[in-house]
Amino acid sequence: MTPACDAVVLGAGIVGAACALELASAGLSVVVVERDAVGSGATAAGMGHVVAMDDSEAQFALTSYSQSLWNALAPELPSGVEYHRCGTVWVAADDEEMDEVRRKMEFYAARGIDSEVLDASQLAEAEPNLRPGLAGGLLVPSDAVMYPPCAAGYLIERAQERKARLILGRSVVSAGEGQVLLDDHTRIAAPIIVNATGALAPALTPGIQVRKRKGHLIITDRYPAFLRHQLVELGYLKSAHSTAADSVAFNVQPRRTGQLLLGSSRQFAAEDSGVDHRIVAAMIDRAALYMPGLASLSAIRVWAGFRAATPDKLPLIGPTADPSLYLATGHEGLGITTSLATARLLADHLLGRPSPIPLDPYLPSRMAMAPNSSSASYSAASPAIEVSHA
Amino acid sequence: MPEPIQVFVNGSPLAVEPGCSVAVAIAIAGRSCRTSVGGQARGPLCAMGICFECRATVNGSAHARTCQIRCEPAMEIETT
Repeated sequence: MTPACDAVVLGAGIVGAACALELASAGLSVVVVERDAVGSGATAAGMGHVVAMDDSEAQFALTSYSQSLWNALAPELPSGVEYHRCGTVWVAADDEEMDEVRRKMEFYAARGIDSEVLDASQLAEAEPNLRPGLAGGLLVPSDAVMYPPCAAGYLIERAQERKARLILGRSVVSAGEGQVLLDDHTRIAAPIIVNATGALAPALTPGIQVRKRKGHLIITDRYPAFLRHQLVELGYLKSAHSTAADSVAFNVQPRRTGQLLLGSSRQFAAEDSGVDHRIVAAMIDRAALYMPGLASLSAIRVWAGFRAATPDKLPLIGPTADPSLYLATGHEGLGITTSLATARLLADHLLGRPSPIPLDPYLPSRMAMAPNSSSASYSAASPAIEVSHA
Repeated sequence: MPEPIQVFVNGSPLAVEPGCSVAVAIAIAGRSCRTSVGGQARGPLCAMGICFECRATVNGSAHARTCQIRCEPAMEIETT
């Protein structure tokens, strides 16, 4: 059987779902192949923090543009997506981190994003359950949170309304040279193939520099009003020179249900998707340093998943050496935020439309293919400890 | 007959026997422990700390398993 279509999207995580919708909206006939369920991989494992990030100009461009696309979509999102602009507070523990707060505020201000520097008492007023003695923080009111699997489901449904076809429960055996082979021997011919399989992408496109980076999350029972904003510590600065392979950072999110989603951890070289209780304990200890009351709340579930990490912290979006094969992966902890912009930029490129921001910083061609495709390794290029934002 | 102890269920005083669990005190007061997300009344099911159905706020701690806690003098019990 050789059904033909204009484009095959591999993976129905939030990035694949967004790509499917963009391409179907442009009038292309689209097939989406998903091994498990829609939004069941990193999309279900992540936090769903829609955040403008300032690690680099390219990262800011992609996150802020994508945030504007989410805000435009927000009114039509189903209530199950729980899209809520609760804002982010970057928490500063000491004066050194307050310097970073002011730098961050100026960075955002220069690029049209409003934020507000909070002193110690304003921080305590904004989040009464933070411990006393913190230096302050930066409130970015425009950031949002959402429940990503429902968002991916919504994007897929809208793509299906535009005649996209979803194949569930089939793995992709190979993809390239205009053809996708599924594990039931179905061959799908298409001039455009988009590999949006997250951390699994190198298995189908050997040599791309995408590595699994494991993360854990904890969700609590319902404690309405305990927390108002997404909180992220700025404390990663001091440990940036550590060479530890595993890191944790305080990152907590209020859900509309009153539940708290608590992160975060980052681990390279952790292949097992199971929960590592040593890491969970470290996350809780870290959180209790900032919010002592958290330690006595009830957690109801803990899980882990894999981010798709690249050496330069930017995703891989666009063409490859194979003229039929395109990438939309490597979003690490920002895939929920950047999914919509990723899909828009890719569609703009494919259709020859102008884009609001340049695609160049995200082109796969910026990176050499890893010499040993089975173990893309670049640990020296990555700081071992960093803030975990999703 | 040991001396009864007084607790408060949603602010109302209630005398119970020493050793009485908070879940039982709530039942004596004629209340359910909590209301589910779907709006249904909930109370003890397993009575051994496993099912989490009997949660209520005890002395300010939300989601306490009331079947596992003995009443203490002046304890404040809030059902939801």
